Amino acid sequence: MKVSTNWLSEWLDTGLDATAIAEKLTGLGLEVDDVSPVAASLDDIVVGQVLTVEPHPNADRLSLCAVDVGNGEPLRIVCGAANVKAGGRYPTALVGARLPGGLKIKRSKIRGEQSHGMLCSSFELALAETAEGIMELDEGLRVGEPIVTALNLDDSVIDVDLTPNRADCFSMLGIARDLSAGLGQALTPAPVLPVLPAAEEILPVEMEDGADCPRFAGRVVRDLNPAAETPDWLRDRLQRAGVRPIHPIVDVTNYVMLELGQPMHAYDLDQLQGGISVRRARAGESLTTLDGESLELDASLLVIADASGPVGLAGIMGGEATGVSEASRHVYLESAFFSPSVVAGRARRFGLHTDASMRFERGVDPSGQVRALERATALIQEIAGGRVGPVSEAVHAEHLPKREPVTLRASRLESLLGTVVPMADVKDIFERLGMQVKAVGEGWAVTPPAARFDIEQEVDLIEEVARIHGYDEIPESPTLIPMALGRVSEDQVPLSRVAVTLVERGYTEAVTWSFGEPELDALFAGGESGLPLANPISSALGVMRQSLWPGLSEAARSNLARQQPRVRLFETGVRFVRQDNECKEQLVIAGIAAGNLAPEQWDWPAGASDVFDIKADLAALFALTGGEAEFSMTAAEHPALRPGRSAKVLRGDQVVGWLGEMHPELVQRLEFAAAPVLFELEATPVLAASLPDYAAVSRFPRVRRDLAAVVAEEVPAGELLAAVREAAGPLLRDLNLFDIYAGDKVENGSKSVALGLILQDTSRTLTDADVDAVMRDVIGRLGRDFDATIRE
Amino acid sequence: MQDLEELVERARAAIRDSVDLVSLDNVRVQLLGKKGELTQRLKSLGKLDPAERPAAGQAINAAKQALQEELDGQRESLTAAQLAAELSEGTLDVTLPGRGQVPGRLHPVTRTLQRIEAIFSAAGFTVHTGPQIEDEYHNFTALNIPEHHPARAMHDTFYFESGELLRTHTSPVQIRAMLEGGAPVRLIAPGRVYRCDSDQTHTPMFHQVEGLVVDRGVSFANLKSVLNQFIERFFEREARLRFRPSYFPFTEPSAEVDVLSESGKWLEILGCGMVHPNVLTNCGIDAEEFTGYAFGVGVERLAMLRYGVDDLRLFFDNDLEFLKQFG
Repeated sequence: MKVSTNWLSEWLDTGLDATAIAEKLTGLGLEVDDVSPVAASLDDIVVGQVLTVEPHPNADRLSLCAVDVGNGEPLRIVCGAANVKAGGRYPTALVGARLPGGLKIKRSKIRGEQSHGMLCSSFELALAETAEGIMELDEGLRVGEPIVTALNLDDSVIDVDLTPNRADCFSMLGIARDLSAGLGQALTPAPVLPVLPAAEEILPVEMEDGADCPRFAGRVVRDLNPAAETPDWLRDRLQRAGVRPIHPIVDVTNYVMLELGQPMHAYDLDQLQGGISVRRARAGESLTTLDGESLELDASLLVIADASGPVGLAGIMGGEATGVSEASRHVYLESAFFSPSVVAGRARRFGLHTDASMRFERGVDPSGQVRALERATALIQEIAGGRVGPVSEAVHAEHLPKREPVTLRASRLESLLGTVVPMADVKDIFERLGMQVKAVGEGWAVTPPAARFDIEQEVDLIEEVARIHGYDEIPESPTLIPMALGRVSEDQVPLSRVAVTLVERGYTEAVTWSFGEPELDALFAGGESGLPLANPISSALGVMRQSLWPGLSEAARSNLARQQPRVRLFETGVRFVRQDNECKEQLVIAGIAAGNLAPEQWDWPAGASDVFDIKADLAALFALTGGEAEFSMTAAEHPALRPGRSAKVLRGDQVVGWLGEMHPELVQRLEFAAAPVLFELEATPVLAASLPDYAAVSRFPRVRRDLAAVVAEEVPAGELLAAVREAAGPLLRDLNLFDIYAGDKVENGSKSVALGLILQDTSRTLTDADVDAVMRDVIGRLGRDFDATIRE
Repeated sequence: MQDLEELVERARAAIRDSVDLVSLDNVRVQLLGKKGELTQRLKSLGKLDPAERPAAGQAINAAKQALQEELDGQRESLTAAQLAAELSEGTLDVTLPGRGQVPGRLHPVTRTLQRIEAIFSAAGFTVHTGPQIEDEYHNFTALNIPEHHPARAMHDTFYFESGELLRTHTSPVQIRAMLEGGAPVRLIAPGRVYRCDSDQTHTPMFHQVEGLVVDRGVSFANLKSVLNQFIERFFEREARLRFRPSYFPFTEPSAEVDVLSESGKWLEILGCGMVHPNVLTNCGIDAEEFTGYAFGVGVERLAMLRYGVDDLRLFFDNDLEFLKQFG
């Protein structure tokens, strides 16, 4: 809602400037987006009349003008505009004036001729984006008058961003009413006087259901002056309110809507067939609206119809065929109260957010229809004459919104706000807001005015008191609540520790979109498509991600493209996995390592990260749970990972994640120079933590025995280690795989796995015999399970 | 006795001439070892005339003591010299860079969320989370935003074919918490939220923290106090706040809160209000007995103000050059 301060001052003379008014409105809960003067500062620019125009002796395109600026001697001004004429009136910048663009007007010589001022274009005065020639002013303007007052430019526009509950402020009247309550100043509205009918004609109106339209008022106006034009003052006000002037009749209805908050509609009477009815649309009916859209209608929509069918979408927009045009001589004016529930949501459905629908769906003053009709008729008569018919009004009083008294308890007011507002102030606040107040016990019964749709409960009244009294007046006091200590569970490793661990290991945390490009997302999910959004912001963000990998991969790639030689990223977040007809949200920990393992440095091997580097990072995460022994990885294939270089991560028997090199097809598609390594772990099962269970620390010496087992190349190291652990039994403290060898010294197709076994007992020093026994068991097991031979 | 003096002189020279600990030890063995010259002399005392023995023994012992001191002195200086030599050879250029993996960084949103959580946890708020795909009931209806309410249009909601939606705020977490646990309750709900909006100052996904306190006797004055404290703790400076009346369907009275920036401008920072009685009733809480306040802050917004970031979109670019500025 754009509020002209000049217009506002007709209703309420605040004596405040635009900024102060804006501040007060903000304090009342009417948020101000912007305050801007209608025109830039235009001091020393006045209405000038050109008396004579002579050609410039030294320049073809320039003229020498004598300009009367209302004080004695005409000024001599050189002008370059083609449209300058003797007798014309133009904005004239006097010597000393500064134009909005910064130009300072000085006495000067232009091609040898004196010039003591400047005739200005509307562009030079910053009143238009562009201009052809100088600005031609109305003949009626007084010569010498400052341009600011002559053109009524001494005005500011306050742009108020109304919240949906304050439908009553969608008008000058509403804003003025709230401001008057806030300032404690009385409104001074001009009374709306009825226009006496000069004709008998009434257009018959039929109402299908009074609940949809509890009040419908209308009036016929015939024989309008076809040459009528919208006067400048009205035009200015419309424009300052952001409404485009179109046609005198339409302009008047828009003006009344802005002034009183009542949307109106004008029909070309000649285009209406028979009387009109207010009814639900029937299936199969359609309507071409004023803006040329053709809409298919159904019974959820209320329409205004004539004998031929719908001529308007009630409370939203009129029809093209019956709209007022240049040719219209006779009109029918409509001023109705449509029930908010029959308008709400309809405009959104068709993408037609009109000034009318915005007001109707929030609720217009149900008592203001006739007043608006009278006001509009009076203005039309003033501008375009015409013979006015009587006001016809159909009312279904039982469906008009009732304003019941709402009770406010003084005790509740105090306890909810945490402060005491004096009883007399409370009463005064309600009265200033146009409410009827009755003292009832320790409180009040308050009846809101018809225009207020937001006062239904006690708390609505408390809010009114709070905002008029002022939020600043409410003190601060600490919340007094019984103390309760926190619960700090140990059954899950907090994500913050995961983040710290990964950060320490060289990963930077990324935050990628929860939705992604459908095709790429599906590629990472083996062709499964993710849950699509019905209204995505773009197709590139069209489905809920099934994995964090696509987003992380894109992030890694763009960093590599920005010449980062090493990119390690991780993210903790939700992935959206479709199962049957449901979409499950799974919290995952995912990462990508692309480029070098570590930053380039001296005396440190350079090289790309491989699966084993990342595996160590995951081991660090598993260690956080205290249950690292429960984790294992086995070779398995995943659509996004390179076969033969990917593993599923198991905790016990449960698959809890994946690790591997990106699949070569994806590497190529995403244009990576080398395959990055990816991991993704399901947070909940991975981070389940076991409570530490103390075991006695041994004081006895450790014994280390090494052995090299030669096995077939395809024997997985993981299985070998597991067998050794099992065979070695409880004396095994630690097991290190410290070398893998395949070459001349072992048979082709075999490899030698070098293991270090660290043995220790908790109650005694191990003897050679003890250790030998363990080694015999281990070697025996390796022989049986893997056909291993022991290398000396 | 003359040859004893000779011996001592010789030995002294040998000690002085020893250039390292090994040759010094050889000298010691030659003199004082089992078969050393002085040891031999002491052993041969028995062959002397008993009358000469005391004087001879005294002389030998004196010579032995003197030589022992010489040996100790020389050992000390040789040891020192050897250490000095070792030290002079083993010098490292300690200004060379360290080696190994270098750490990454936490995302500024996480850093900010962790601080907010820490600030509220200290006052007994518990952290609650909830689903990001929500139904209309939890995201709107239960929050006093019925179907067709114009406030729904304020939210630019992402929908799915099923009619479900991406939560537009973390307020549904409050609803779930109250439906489950009733009152009293004191929680914050951090998380991702979504609005179908994308431009210079809006991203389709961002982070929010909602706070909720419901108990007996909770007032607007309490709300003002807790938010003032929060802003002061968060920015670690004295803060001036402005509470402006506003409208959210789920709170009444409602307020937008502005903070006065160091350059003297009011900056919008959060929305808040007293929990609407309809919301409490929807959650099965007696709105006569209990009152409460709720607030919602944009995490990126706070991070921008705290760290001077001037473009919201940077938080989702994942540019390492941006991220590494947050230690």
